Amino acid sequence: MEILKITGLNKAFGRNHALTDIDLSVPKGAVYGLLGPNGAGKTTLIRIINQIIDADSGSIFFKNELLEPKHISKIGYLPEERGLYKKMKVWDQLIYFARLKGLSASDATKKVDFWLDKMNINSWKEKRIDDLSKGMAQKVQFISAVIHEPEFLILDEPFSGFDPVNAEIIKNEILELQMKGITLMLSTHRMESVELLCDHVAMINRSNKILDGKLSDIKQQFRPHEYKVKLKPFSGELPSEWNIEEHAESVSFSIKLNGTPVNKVLTDLMSFGEIVSFTERIPSIEELFIQQVKHESHG
Amino acid sequence: MGKVWLVIKREYLSRVQKKSFLLATLLTPLIFPAIMGIFLWIALDESQGSALRIIEVVDENNMFFIESSEQYAFSYSDTDLEEGKNLVRSGERFGFLYIPKIELSNPKGIIYYGDRNPSMSFISHLESNLKRRIEEQRLFESGIDPEVIAAYRTRISIQSITLDNSGEEKFSDATVNYAIGFFTGILIYIFIFVYGNQIMHGVIEEKSSRIVEILVSSIKPFQLMMGKIIGIGAVGLTQFLIWIVLISSISILVMGYFGMQMPQQQAMELANPELLNSINETPELFNILKVIKEINFVKIALTFIFYFIGGYLLYGAFFAAIGAAVDAPSEAQQFMLPITIPLLIAYMGLFVFVLNDPSSNVSFWLSVVPFTSPIAMMGRASYGIPFWDLALSMSLLIFGFLFSTWIAGKIYRIGILVHGTKVNYKTLWKWIKTE
Repeated sequence: MEILKITGLNKAFGRNHALTDIDLSVPKGAVYGLLGPNGAGKTTLIRIINQIIDADSGSIFFKNELLEPKHISKIGYLPEERGLYKKMKVWDQLIYFARLKGLSASDATKKVDFWLDKMNINSWKEKRIDDLSKGMAQKVQFISAVIHEPEFLILDEPFSGFDPVNAEIIKNEILELQMKGITLMLSTHRMESVELLCDHVAMINRSNKILDGKLSDIKQQFRPHEYKVKLKPFSGELPSEWNIEEHAESVSFSIKLNGTPVNKVLTDLMSFGEIVSFTERIPSIEELFIQQVKHESHG
Repeated sequence: MGKVWLVIKREYLSRVQKKSFLLATLLTPLIFPAIMGIFLWIALDESQGSALRIIEVVDENNMFFIESSEQYAFSYSDTDLEEGKNLVRSGERFGFLYIPKIELSNPKGIIYYGDRNPSMSFISHLESNLKRRIEEQRLFESGIDPEVIAAYRTRISIQSITLDNSGEEKFSDATVNYAIGFFTGILIYIFIFVYGNQIMHGVIEEKSSRIVEILVSSIKPFQLMMGKIIGIGAVGLTQFLIWIVLISSISILVMGYFGMQMPQQQAMELANPELLNSINETPELFNILKVIKEINFVKIALTFIFYFIGGYLLYGAFFAAIGAAVDAPSEAQQFMLPITIPLLIAYMGLFVFVLNDPSSNVSFWLSVVPFTSPIAMMGRASYGIPFWDLALSMSLLIFGFLFSTWIAGKIYRIGILVHGTKVNYKTLWKWIKTE
């Protein structure tokens, strides 16, 4: 079942198209990566899902209902640029955001207490934000995004600005949230975090969606049919078209199938030496992305 | 509505709980009485403590006599000019007034020598004394008895009474009305600027720190803007209420302290208006007290609160819109003109037109147009405003406020999400037109 479904979404600012005919579908429980270079339209899309701005046309369904203000309490949002009131105390600030999301006063108190304990920062609750380090403030910000236990959490560039220790903490929190059945949408231009966390992705470039689906399917679809071979060569000459890298006792190179069945290639290779390894090269999401963007701009 | 209330509460509490609020609120009212106290103290000190200043007078006509006062004594002699100057140089005399032989029809050549610049009031005191003497002498020479002239010298003071439709007659006094209009008008002017700026800075803070992204994902931009304006307005009202209480109590204390040092009789008169009624010896003071008693303070206070809030809301919305349009306070300057100009017109208009002639045409328009009425109308408030003027002005202010928040809301809604683009008036106009 999909938690979020977007059909035919368009948004323009003046003559600039920010989003053109976007269709998306986010399955419940997924970690969904929203990829694209800066200025592609990611933030606009997120703002529309958050009902901060309206689309020009198209529709959004949240759990099969047309998206409307009452869904705000079901959606959490961690914006890219972190914002907190500098002069406000941690506790007051979290209560304020929780209440704005529609929590009652007593629920808000309970939830804030729970999260401060969970993140091990209960001792800071009387501190003002400008007395905290950047990492500490970001933990507070993260809590503010999840305080109302949203079913759908949007994280815009969640790892930017975190030091490795805190990034690890946030990553674990994300995985824990997913285990609880919360659907996550990660918007980022840093592909390595996508690789680690996401199971679904959509790529947006210059206002258009250029690719989306299950990450493993996409990789399957766009695999280059290329294999990495490592073998201990027999005494004979190796074909010169192989781009060979020599090691102490072995050589390694890549081989493209070009339509030849894998087994045929493998048997052929056996005659050149003792095979140490034979693995298919799976493209990284970054590679795919660059390839797609280039393809777009050529086509 | 619940969420707007949350915003109002946050804006209010986050400001009221600050130490700087407490300091400003407690210290500002001390400043006025402190300044008043210092002046009174200096004045008292001067009139009591300073030595008598003796002025040597040489009068070659032998006809002038200047009355000595608490501060100045005049000694008459026939020392010559040089000797007189030396008396001043050596410090024996405070000043030296030399009156040569003069023609009464064209008195010339009177000179005052002093070791410092004499005060305006002192010179005019001398001048009026000499003038009166010369006039008397000339009248006498043309055969009119000075006694007759003295008998004809009359003191006059006009009692003004305002008639209203209900047939009531009220004592009025331009000075008191002027003071009330002056004070309340300036108060509204300052309030709009000080708290309008707080709105603007609050909006810029939320925008530049991107808090606004989180906020508007849970609350409509318009609600957020209104919450902020109302919350900060409540801070201002709180501050003013505290000030009114503090200023009046401190002023009573200060006046009470110096009142003790006033001549006994005067203090008694001030303390006991009934006695004043019977004595009736100081008609001006008596009139002012009578007028103050007649003024409908409740009506003025209600008018004040209405224009105070109305003006703040009208301009507050514009301040919020400017905050939303810029990325940093330094960029806000370029959009301040449309706010500053009407407020300045209102402020200047209050002094030049409204306070001087509250019922003139200019005063009418200034107090009816919503952009100037909050300040200008206060200049008319204590004179008694015709019902229809007030009704028109008030309803126009309400429309003005609705209009300004509608415009500001449109700018605000888009502005808070726009970063890093150069915004000018053309862009603002585009935002206003955007559906």
